[in-house]
Amino acid sequence: MAHDSLTPAPPAGGGAVREPGRRVGLGAPLGSWDAAIVAGLVVAVLVAGAAVPNFATGRNAQFLLLDLVPLALLALPMTLIVVTGEIDLSVASMVGLCSTLMGQLWLSSGLSLELICVLVVLLGALLGAVNGVFVTGFGLPSLAVTIGTLALYRGLSFVVLGDQAVADFPAGWTAAVVRPMPGTSIPVMVVPVLLLALVFGVVLHATPVGRALYAMGNNAEAATFAGVSVARTKFWLFVASGAVCGLAGLFWTLRYASARGDNATGLELTVVTAVLLGGVSIFGGRGRLLGVVAGVLLLGVVRNALQLADVDANALTIVTGTLLIASVVLPNAVGDARARLHRRRQRAQVAAP
Amino acid sequence: MVTLSRLRLGATALTLTALVLGTAACGGTTRDNAGSDSGGNQAGGTANPQAPIKEGLKIAFLPKQVNNPYFTTADNGGKEAVTEVKGEFKEVGPSEASASSQVSYINTLSQQGMDVIVTSANDPNAICGALNQAKAAGAKIVTFDSDTKPECRQIFVNQVTAQGIAENQVKLISEQIGGEGEIAILSATANATNQNAWIELMKEELKKPEYSKIKLVTVAYGNDDDQKSFQEMQGLLQAYPNLKGVISPTTVGVAAAARYLSGSQYKGKVKLTGLGTPNQMREYVKDGTVDAFALWNPADLGYLAAYAGAALASGQITGAEGDKFTAGKLGEFTVGKDGVVVLGPPTVFDKSNIDKFNF
Repeated sequence: MAHDSLTPAPPAGGGAVREPGRRVGLGAPLGSWDAAIVAGLVVAVLVAGAAVPNFATGRNAQFLLLDLVPLALLALPMTLIVVTGEIDLSVASMVGLCSTLMGQLWLSSGLSLELICVLVVLLGALLGAVNGVFVTGFGLPSLAVTIGTLALYRGLSFVVLGDQAVADFPAGWTAAVVRPMPGTSIPVMVVPVLLLALVFGVVLHATPVGRALYAMGNNAEAATFAGVSVARTKFWLFVASGAVCGLAGLFWTLRYASARGDNATGLELTVVTAVLLGGVSIFGGRGRLLGVVAGVLLLGVVRNALQLADVDANALTIVTGTLLIASVVLPNAVGDARARLHRRRQRAQVAAP
Repeated sequence: MVTLSRLRLGATALTLTALVLGTAACGGTTRDNAGSDSGGNQAGGTANPQAPIKEGLKIAFLPKQVNNPYFTTADNGGKEAVTEVKGEFKEVGPSEASASSQVSYINTLSQQGMDVIVTSANDPNAICGALNQAKAAGAKIVTFDSDTKPECRQIFVNQVTAQGIAENQVKLISEQIGGEGEIAILSATANATNQNAWIELMKEELKKPEYSKIKLVTVAYGNDDDQKSFQEMQGLLQAYPNLKGVISPTTVGVAAAARYLSGSQYKGKVKLTGLGTPNQMREYVKDGTVDAFALWNPADLGYLAAYAGAALASGQITGAEGDKFTAGKLGEFTVGKDGVVVLGPPTVFDKSNIDKFNF
């Protein structure tokens, strides 16, 4: 906290150039993208509740939230990474590899499951560190590096278990991850996800580190000159992403009671969709965690409601794709329009007196 | 910043070490003490063979994936059966063959109050939890093509037994090469479980006196890759000049092998059979490269699965061994051990019938 007065200068400058009035933060949520997404979420829930039979039941809420746990987990570190202007496309493959490592350790090591869980999260962090080293140590673009590790980690996960599956996890454990909180239909797993979201949210929005993330997303060079350790911070973000993938891998394996090489295949695109839908700019420097959480929920609600309404899988894929495009195009278009409006006003002010 | 992150790193490391040591010290859940629970809840209630098939049953098909011709054919067979029993048919499924998306579809179907869910599992374990929940909510579960663990469903409609495939394939090649000569097998991967089981049974089958003049010279592996299978077929014919016939019990292998044969000097001289789909093999059957090959008919598979589901939901059967039910045009079937119903011997496709099939 002592650093508060030292670091905010560069990000604030960057923010001011991009989006005037944005700095007020929580004070002016009206009209911002995350407010729009939250509103969209509320509308989607109301419409689905009214129009889709069987949607508005506690049982369905439980199914919906359980399906969203891995997506929500992965979206948290992804938000921070995208804010810095990087991306991690290897997340789903890391989940898969962590899942098979968990399976293999359980199968052959004789270690306790508690210890395996800790090890898997550490291994996830290690996988993330490999990404981090390539991106920050060798200065390679994260897009290229993580496309590489996307393939590499997926390949390795098939090396670990082949086309076999490990499925004899203790029933107590597999039941525990899908259990609802007593007296409600909300899965207990929502609690750790919310706690983690709180941690990531506080880091992003209420610490010098968070402000530094926005700064390097806007202009890495300026951030460096302002004394932000860009490389080190990014490295730790990739490590955090890996560790969270480890957690998601544990959840995935236990929820489906099956450790296999193809677990979570393709999930990275849904994660990126959710993050962009949540209002994080793919160019970095912009976005809030609240929007991302709403984006994850919106995606889940839309998919669940369409499935219940018997919309077929192809149309579902089209909807997801359209949402992704819209979430990239719309904020940009709105931002452009706003900037133009602002410039016109300034010009008018200059001309007026 | 620097000291802060050092500190943090130190603290994290300490916490983790404590955690690791802690969990290691106090034992915890290991594979040995976990104990396996195989609580089978097979066949609840009693069957009433006289019960009529109920009308208006909601029967949903959930294949491994949609947009797959094999499953589209199977589901259409199911639709035909559901129409015959005056039920409501529905087909839903993921666009990619993954277990996790099947789980979300099973939850959706259960939420919609389906009477019967007919599914082909992408993972024998991963969809179990969801199926058990659906069962608890009143749905009957039938698997076809790919089974789950037996305790997660009432009936598994098996397309064919390994024994049935082995008998059929050896019989086909023997007929085609005139009962004597050298043959080879072109398989998928060297560790493909079902392929190896079939090959073992074929070897047993070849020991029968009527096949005593047939000699299996080698097993080649095309890895279920078109290119590799093509090259392996080429290699087989060069390495074994006296080869009379090849069995390729994999759809990828048999199509690649037929493509090689049809463009080579061995066309019509070296016989090829195996498990293939009519659409892939049609041109090779018509140009004389291949006399006959086999596969189960997926439409019949779906048809039988739908009837099994309707019989379950109407209380005719419970999935217990020995239960009998009638499946429309296919006739009567008996539930075997572990709730398995076998469709029957594979269908043989040749010039005379291949145009009746589209999958």
